[in-house]
Amino acid sequence: MSSKVTAQQAVSRQYEKENRALAVWKRLRTNPGAVIGLIILIIMVLLMIYSFLFISYEEIYTIDSKNRFSPPSSEHIFGTDEMGRDLAKRIIYGSRYSLAVAFGAVAIGVIIGTFLGSIAGYFGGWVDNLIMRISDIMSSIPGILLGMVIVTILGPNLLNLLIAVGVTNIAGFIRMARASVLTTKSNEYVESARAIGMSEFRIIFTQVLPNSLSPLIVTATARMATSILAAAGLSFLGFGIAAPKPEWGALISGSRNFINYAPHLCTYPGLFIMLMAFACALLGDGLRDALDPKLKK
Amino acid sequence: MDKLMEVRDLKKYFKTPRGTVHAVDGVSFTIERGKTLGVVGESGCGKSTLGRCILRLIEPTEGEVLFEGTDICSAKRRELKKLRKDMQIIFQDPYSSINPRRTVLELIAEPIKFNNIIPNATETDIENRVLELMKIVGIDERLINAYPHELDGGRRQRIGIARALSLQPKFIVCDEPVSALDVSIQAQILNLLRELQHEMGLTYMFITHDLSVVNYFADDIMVMYLGQVVEKAPSEVLFENPMHPYTQALLSAILIPEVGANPHHIKLRGEVTSPIDPPDECRFAKRCNYVTEGCRKGTPPLLEVSPGHFVACHCIKPGGINTLKETVVEESEEICPCPPIE
Repeated sequence: MSSKVTAQQAVSRQYEKENRALAVWKRLRTNPGAVIGLIILIIMVLLMIYSFLFISYEEIYTIDSKNRFSPPSSEHIFGTDEMGRDLAKRIIYGSRYSLAVAFGAVAIGVIIGTFLGSIAGYFGGWVDNLIMRISDIMSSIPGILLGMVIVTILGPNLLNLLIAVGVTNIAGFIRMARASVLTTKSNEYVESARAIGMSEFRIIFTQVLPNSLSPLIVTATARMATSILAAAGLSFLGFGIAAPKPEWGALISGSRNFINYAPHLCTYPGLFIMLMAFACALLGDGLRDALDPKLKK
Repeated sequence: MDKLMEVRDLKKYFKTPRGTVHAVDGVSFTIERGKTLGVVGESGCGKSTLGRCILRLIEPTEGEVLFEGTDICSAKRRELKKLRKDMQIIFQDPYSSINPRRTVLELIAEPIKFNNIIPNATETDIENRVLELMKIVGIDERLINAYPHELDGGRRQRIGIARALSLQPKFIVCDEPVSALDVSIQAQILNLLRELQHEMGLTYMFITHDLSVVNYFADDIMVMYLGQVVEKAPSEVLFENPMHPYTQALLSAILIPEVGANPHHIKLRGEVTSPIDPPDECRFAKRCNYVTEGCRKGTPPLLEVSPGHFVACHCIKPGGINTLKETVVEESEEICPCPPIE
């Protein structure tokens, strides 16, 4: 018996299986823009890890009044701010907020938006109508305004900033998921799953959604860029993370009074925001091409 | 007579902004265990809708579907899940009927795992069963980890058949299982389905628009036109003595692969009646070559004209009395454009 089992077990292992993730990676690798975006993102993540390990809270917040507004030098590569704190360290320390916003806010949007959108698209009828009208209402309010309202109600901190930016993302993902599910659900394998006896919800999550994901992944990366900008914008307006914490938007906001006197204080955080948004957009663009099997060479 | 499936007055209406589409309109039939019922008719006549209704993949509007005496239409979700194991479907388009993200192993294992066909099965048990099924339907075991996009239409259709068989059903609806395939592969798949029927005692409802296929395959044939049954008979009887004008036209359209063999097609004129809120008259009246005043008065009932032979036509009475008279002036005899080879 056991020898038969082992012989049989070998059957499925013995034949090669195409690895989808590997195939996507191979295609992504050929796109220079996507590779650049990916490298920038990896550097950002490494910087964040570095800040957790080597930059202490004291270094960021201790005031050094002798060194105010010193321009970039070998000691302080990005210079110091109005309280003599090293700007480079503050920016690196602040990367955790931006990365948290980029991934967190997008995750909120993707999870809630995809869930609602796929239900709307799959069931249609009044469910669809209800969800889509809610999404219409949400998208009719300007994102920054909606974010400000949410932060005002919940209070300014990182989590609430995430929620605020995340909520503004939901409507877009509902729309995206619905459209994608609408095309996928007409496939006969959906009916085939029903004939097996699967429930409608199981069909959505095991059959329809996995086949509707690629446009969502692309939108998600593109949304990372806009989420960072939105969070920076909210922080700049004073609705994001409170001033002493070095969130990038807050850094620009805090130093805008000294822009004539010490332009480096606005320039470097701005540069980082731009780099990050740029990297996400490049990667998103590359992913769209890599995930589309029609563009296979 | 051992009835496996009995359908009584099944109706499926779709509400659209322009009115109600009568996709299936009062269809009744029975299928005996181990037999094949062929359902033929032109595109849009409701064959596929009928097939999906009797499996309750779409909810019928009205009527009863009795499977071994249990009414499927009123079954609760849990009962239905049990019933579904006994009734499966093979789809028309092998390119869209299997999930492109699953391997062959996963595709065939899915129904087995989901319905717990093998109690307390380990992965190995399931894999063994999958291999067994692959052997039955004729897929080489080296393809076990292949994705559907790596396979051709015939192999994909075999996967669809293996998936249906994995639940050990008694009844299978074959919804045009070969119409998307090449002729050579069509024959393979048809032979496979036939062998399976003999070996496993399966009962088929075979939906097709290809009469030569149904002639090869079916014990009984049911001809549908715009959601209604117009003629139903054992297949030899139907092919020898088609009575309804629509069946006659349909049979005359079968191509015989021989030069000059098909000169006398019956030509249908006119427009197909719209299935949206159709008037109460014979639905074939607009295209019928034998139409009379009487045809506009009510839908003709399906009458048994001779034992086992049912026809729905105002001009055909029980006992086979045929009052059909050609009313449309026939065009001069048209000969097949290719001249016979001497």
